[in-house]
Parts: sequence; structure tokens; C-alpha cells
Amino acid sequence: MPTTVTVNGTRHDVDLPGDVPLLWVLRDELGLTGTKYGCGVAACGACTVQIDGEAVRSCQVALADVWGAVTTIEGLGRPGALSALQQAWQDHQVAQCGYCQSGQIMQAAALLETTPAPTDAEIDEAMQGNLCRCGTYPRIRAAIHSAAQMIKEG
Amino acid sequence: MSRLGKITRRSFLIGSVALVGGVAFGVYAVSRPAPNPLDPAEGGATLNPFVLINPDGITLIAPKAEMGQGIHTTWAALIAEELDVALDQVRVLHGPPAAAYYNSVVLAEALPDKGYDRSDMAHALGEQLGKIGKLLDLQITGGSTSVPDGYDRMRAAGASARETLKQAAAERLQIDRARLRTEAGAVIAPDGSRLAYTDLAVAAAGLDPIEAPLRPKSDWRLLGRTQPRVDMLAKITGTATFSIDVRRPGMKFAALRRNPHLGGRMIRFDDSAARAMPGVDRVINLDDGFAVVASNTWLAMQAADAVEVEWGGAPHPATPEAIFGKIAEAFDGRANSTLRDDGDVSAPPLGTEEISAEYHLPYLAHATMEPMNATALYSGIKLEIWSGNQLPLIIRNACAQAVGLKPEAVELHTTLMGGGFGRRAEPDFSVYAARVAREIADTPVQLTWSREEDMSHDYYRPGAIARYRGGVKDGRAVMIDGQIAAQGATPQAMGRWLGLPIAGPDKSTVDGAYNQPYAIPNYRIRGYLADLDLPVGFWRSVGASFNGVAFDWFLDELAHAAKADPLAFRLAAMGDTYAPARQVLEAVRDLSGWDGPRAANTGRGVGFCYCFGVPCATVIEVAEADGEVSIPRAWIAADVGTALDPGNLEQQFTGALAYGLSAACFEEITFTDGAADQLNFPDYEALRISTMPEVSLRILENQPHIAGAGEPGTPPAMAALGNALFDLTGTRPRRLPLMHDFPLKI
Ligand code: FES
Ligand code: FES
Repeated sequence: MPTTVTVNGTRHDVDLPGDVPLLWVLRDELGLTGTKYGCGVAACGACTVQIDGEAVRSCQVALADVWGAVTTIEGLGRPGALSALQQAWQDHQVAQCGYCQSGQIMQAAALLETTPAPTDAEIDEAMQGNLCRCGTYPRIRAAIHSAAQMIKEG
Repeated sequence: MSRLGKITRRSFLIGSVALVGGVAFGVYAVSRPAPNPLDPAEGGATLNPFVLINPDGITLIAPKAEMGQGIHTTWAALIAEELDVALDQVRVLHGPPAAAYYNSVVLAEALPDKGYDRSDMAHALGEQLGKIGKLLDLQITGGSTSVPDGYDRMRAAGASARETLKQAAAERLQIDRARLRTEAGAVIAPDGSRLAYTDLAVAAAGLDPIEAPLRPKSDWRLLGRTQPRVDMLAKITGTATFSIDVRRPGMKFAALRRNPHLGGRMIRFDDSAARAMPGVDRVINLDDGFAVVASNTWLAMQAADAVEVEWGGAPHPATPEAIFGKIAEAFDGRANSTLRDDGDVSAPPLGTEEISAEYHLPYLAHATMEPMNATALYSGIKLEIWSGNQLPLIIRNACAQAVGLKPEAVELHTTLMGGGFGRRAEPDFSVYAARVAREIADTPVQLTWSREEDMSHDYYRPGAIARYRGGVKDGRAVMIDGQIAAQGATPQAMGRWLGLPIAGPDKSTVDGAYNQPYAIPNYRIRGYLADLDLPVGFWRSVGASFNGVAFDWFLDELAHAAKADPLAFRLAAMGDTYAPARQVLEAVRDLSGWDGPRAANTGRGVGFCYCFGVPCATVIEVAEADGEVSIPRAWIAADVGTALDPGNLEQQFTGALAYGLSAACFEEITFTDGAADQLNFPDYEALRISTMPEVSLRILENQPHIAGAGEPGTPPAMAALGNALFDLTGTRPRRLPLMHDFPLKI
């Protein structure tokens, strides 16, 4: 029996076993490759998406357990229509290899939803599960502060 | 076998012999220009292998692996500076594998001189040696060589294309070329009218290319300023295509499982349960392992777990201790190199206080954020392959050989890379994808390694033991005598890549130790090759990643014995050897406020290393609170000769520091029964945003030669951290990772 998931506002009927992690449904079934595989064991954050606004590791959420609307990096903003966070990422030229950045941005977006003006400690707390082997952390921090400011000023 | 292999003798000596032998017999092949591999579409033209102009726009070719270091942007800026186009006006593509894209400087890195003392003459010899790279199919991204490789050649390519386009316009307008100028992708006539390059390209391609002098630095518009990266927008919107993101119609997904006991065979396997699992198409025997082909990657990985398999044993010592015992045994044999022997270390001056120390540095995995993977499509007469790789020509050839095709029948697309750090120079992940594709002809297949497969089948940074003895007198270093034992990464990799046996001294084992710009009067460094055959390769900063630590830690111990300030001690030991090295130490001293007051419960350490042509000094501050040690701040000073993109340099040095500190704090690969004991990030921790220091950087431009920045920031960061921990705790670091001996915050 196909499972129905809503991703970035579009409903999809997915004909896969219910235990397939959302990560692989997105990447291999729906062609939404912005969400990345890094570890498969909740240790790197590369696969972070949001379900009903909450940041989750999509490698750990089985298709059958998806409890709400999924937002991926592709749904957050597009080239030409960037979200505030992506604009801040662009302004600070955050990415190096870029592979972790979808996950970083989705995690940061969830943080700003609940904590519109995060302190450094709150950023550490929210973002420490997101590994970046290229070491872009200082710019990630700066971009989150900028985006918070941008959103506040409308 | 490479083309050079056919015309040279069997053994290729990396070093001074290659200069004589290599250049002498290969003169014609060395100097002949390589053919232009670009194939312009209808109505387009290519002016040289780096500039392609079609009616719909201008494409610049940056045939370098973009693995996060920003080389596509800097490379394009070098061409654009002379071509007079804006970076947002052009497309930047990696381009096909081709001899025209050989690395012109990487072989010069193999010269056994010290680097900082290289005369102009030796630099010229290095350039000659570099041209042999064309014959060796060395289109390689690595060794921090991209910027020096492209610096003159790409500006020349841009200048030549510009003047040739102007000539085409001059002929069309029937006026003298000197009366024309160029701007933003167009030739401007004296009356102000614009002729777009896209309209002139076909005519220009029919002309002989015109050479033009390079513009002086003072005229630069792009170079020397921070450029927005050409790959940024795609990377922050999830639209960048890494090789793991390649999608082809009808594509299958595959998982790989190889014998975890490295070098062991697969004795037997039973795939009946796996084949019955949902979505599974096939299980393919690969001799030392198998691949499962399925309708998605996770189903393939699950099925791989369900295969019952019996693995053969590995030909390596059974325990981590036995492996290091084998490394230590190398000291009993003959030295492979003595690349420095100044003065007489057996007779230090009377009254010298002697100390000694031994350091153990572990094997390391690269752990690129994107695990190894590649996509391939085999049709019987053709192989198409998509892979993020640092060595395209050799990898294309290896894939061709693996599926029984000629290299010309293989089309290799080099994609963006989710990190490289040296790992993606290896052909293995592309070759396995090609082999799987051959078994399911006409079906594109993506072979993705699980993180566990990636970490357990790396070409590891070799583990090393360094033994130092040294002496101080009157507060100064008077003697340093180092012995380093490790597996030789270069000989093993050259055999693997080129099929050439490499003899002679292996520089990579002693790099970062023998070539440090210190005027210590009695200074000897000997290298020993360990008789082990674990797979080893190039890890960000190569030999300097262990020597830059051990050598500098020992200097710190000498400074302590001399009761001297560690930074002033290093400055005194440098004397007048190489002014740019002194200047980076002085810069980091001032930047960090080294001589100023220090907060309670903090420690500071300095580290210095000269490698890949860059002197780099780092100061690290550590702080203790609640029994945990954190790293709040870091200061870096480095001299790259000419700073092409300051913003990018900040990223590179910050990233190199983070990569080094991650390894220094937490990382090691140990082998039990020849199999890696660490398989995923929980066993191989790295710096996180919460443990990353705040970084300040000063870039200097005092040295005459331009140098690359990807690697030199790694060794001194690791060294400085150990020295800071000593300052805080009084305990000397003698091994990595430091978490074994210090209560580091995770
Ligand atoms: S892939 Fe999900 S956390 Fe790493
Ligand atoms: S940008 Fe490369 S892993 Fe984060």
C-alpha cells in the first residue's frame, strides 16, 4: 500500500516498505537530492529536514512514521527567491565543499523559528549535532546572527 | 601503463635524478603542446583549452577538483582578470580529463630541496620537471598546487584569448587592434560601440592565438579582492550536483561491501536471503566483496547486511600494538633518507643540555563529509562515469582497464566534491562503480559507500613514530636529531596510480621535519620506511601532518629545557634563515597579544610549520573549567606570497585549522586483524560548532613565490594545541589523539 507524504507542499504517494528512512525516500524516490547522506546514524546532521517545523534527522525517520508536512532545503528557498537564512549564508559566503550546508541551514531555520534572537550558547546547543568537516562554523554562527537581525527588521 | 612508463626506464626516481633523466630524453614530448580537448557546439569556438565561447555565453574551464577550497572561483578569476569578463557573466565548468590540463607544478613538490631556499634557477628546473606531469597523465588536484599551477598560465590564457578576440574585431572593423579596448565580455570600438565576444569567437578561433604580456598587479580588478564564490548559490539551495546527486533515467542504486580485513579475499558468500528482499535486483561478486543493486540505496544497504559472507584474513599484524611495533622495527634497518645533515649531531658543543622524546601519531581516515560514491553507465562499447575526483586522467584509464575498454571509450564527468582532503585522488570508488555497471549493461547505476564502508576502506594517513634528541645551550637550540618511521605514502600511491616502482628517498615521510627554516647548527633528519602494507595515501598536508606536530612539539620541549619563551626561542632558532618565516611568527605574536597578560586557568601554545611553500604560525589558547578543557581562541599568520582572494584564504586557513584540531583532539584509526576499529562518526569525533575556537588570521605577502593555501594551516594548529595543553597542565603531549591524555571538551 503506498504511503502518502507531503513534501514542500506537494503530496506524493510512495510505494516503498514503511521502514525505508525518509532520507532515501527524498533522495532516491522523489529526486530531492538537496538532503544529504553523511552517516545514517544520527551523528552528522547532513540529512536534516523539518517535519511540521521541527528539525529532524531524516535518516532516522521511517517513511511510515512521518507525522507531518516535510520541508527540505528545496522548499526553504530557491535561487532567485532565497529565504532570509540563505541570503545570510550567501552574504557570509559560508559554504566550502557545501555538502553539510543543507542540513546546517535546515537546523538553523528551525532554531530561528523557536528562538528568533539566539545567543552564541543557544546556537551551540542547537547546531552542535551538525558536523562540518570543512570547518565553516565561524561563518555559520555569523550568518545565523545576521539572519536573525534581517528577520527582525523585516 | 602511462606514456612516460613506455619511454623511460623501469624505475622513476622522484628527486634530482628525474630532473636530469626525465627532461633529457623527453624533450619533444615534454614541450609539445597538448591538444585542445574542448568541442564547441555549433556556432561556438574555443580559443584555448580554458576558454569556450558559444552563442549563448562564455564558459571558463577550471580543470581542478572543486572540493570546497574555492578553486573554481579563483581559477576563473585568473582567466577573467585578463579576459575582461565579470565572474557573474561566465559559466565555470570542470571540463573533460585531458593532457592539456596537466598539473605543471606538482612534481616540483617532490624535489628533495627544502623549498624556502629554492633559487630562481631551481624554480625554473621545477617548472621543467612539472611538464613531465603531462606525460604522466598527472591532471591532479592536490598538494596545494592549484594556485601556483594556474597563476601565470591562466592569466596568459585569458590575455591571449582577449587579444585574439580584439584582432577578430579589428579585422571586422578594419582598424588597428591597438585602438580597441575590452570590457565586460565585449570589444569596445573607438566610437564606443560594443562587439560581444560571443559574436567574435568563431572568427577569432580562425586566427593564430596572440600572446600578450600580463597586466601588473596594480591594474587588477578581481584578483587581490574577495570574490563571491561561483558555487555558493547552488550549495545553499540544495541544487549543487555532487556525484551522489547524479540522477539518470532508469537509474539503479547499489551498495558495496568489501572485506573489512584489508587486503583479504572473500572466501564464500550466500546471497539467497538478500535476493529475496524488496527492491533488490542483483548481487554482484566483486572478488574481494560484493555489490547489491536495488531500487534505492537503503534497500541495497539492508540487503548487503543480509548476505552471509565468509571473509579471508588480512596480511597485516593482528593488533594496533603489533603494527606500531612493526613501525618501530624500521629504526633498526637502514635509513631511507637523510635529507638534512647540518653540522655534526654526534658532537654538540660542550655544556649542551640534552633531552630526548618519542612521539606516536596514529593512522587517520579522511572522513570526507560526502562518502565515496560514483555513478556509471556501461553500454558494451562505451562507459560513462560521474565521479567527484582529484585525478581524472588516471581514474579514467583505471576505469577503462577495469571494464576492458580503451580510455577513449570512457567519458568521465568530474562533479563537485563533498570534501576531498586527498581521498578523492584514489581511483577505487570510480572503478568499483564501473565494474558494477559492466554487469548491468545499459542501466545507469550509482554505487554509494556507507559511512562504515568509507571509513574502513580508506587510504589512510600513515601512522608514524618520531624519535628526537636535541640540545640547548645558553638558552638556544644547538642540536636536533630526528628519526621518523612510517609507511611511505608516496611510493605506495605512485605504484597504485602509475604502475611505476618508485625508488630513492621518500620525501613525504620526512616533509615538515627536514625542511624547516631553522638555523640550528647541528640538525639531522632521517626517514625510515616501515615494512607494512596497510593502504596509505595523502591526507591534508601529507607528511607534515605528523612531522609538523612531532618536530614542533620537540622544539617546544627544547624551549622549556632552555627556560626560554617558546615563541622567542623559535625566533632565535630561525636566525636569518628565511625572513618570511620569522615574519609570520612575529605577526602571530602581535596578533595574539602573546606577550600580554593571560587569563587564569588558560594556557597558550605556539606552533610553526613550513610546508607546501607556506610558512604558517598558529597560537592556540586552551581554557579549563569544571575539569574540562576547551579551545576558545586561535590566531594564525601565514605567508602565501600573493593573496589572490582574501576571503577564500580565510576559509582555507580556518578550515585547515579545524581539520587539524579535529584530528589532534579525537581522531585515530586502529586496526585489529587488519580491519579498522572505527567505523562511523561516533567513533571518529570531530570539532563541532560548540568546540570550534574563534579564529583570527593575518595573511602576509613577503615571500616572492605564490603558494597554495589548502594544507599549510593544518600542522601548526595541531602542534600549537599540544603546546598549549602543556602550558596549561604541565603534561607533555607525546601522542595523538590528545583526548587520551587530556580531558578535552567534546
Ligand atoms: S545522515 Fe542522518 S545524521 Fe548523518
Ligand atoms: S562545507 Fe564541507 S562539510 Fe561543511
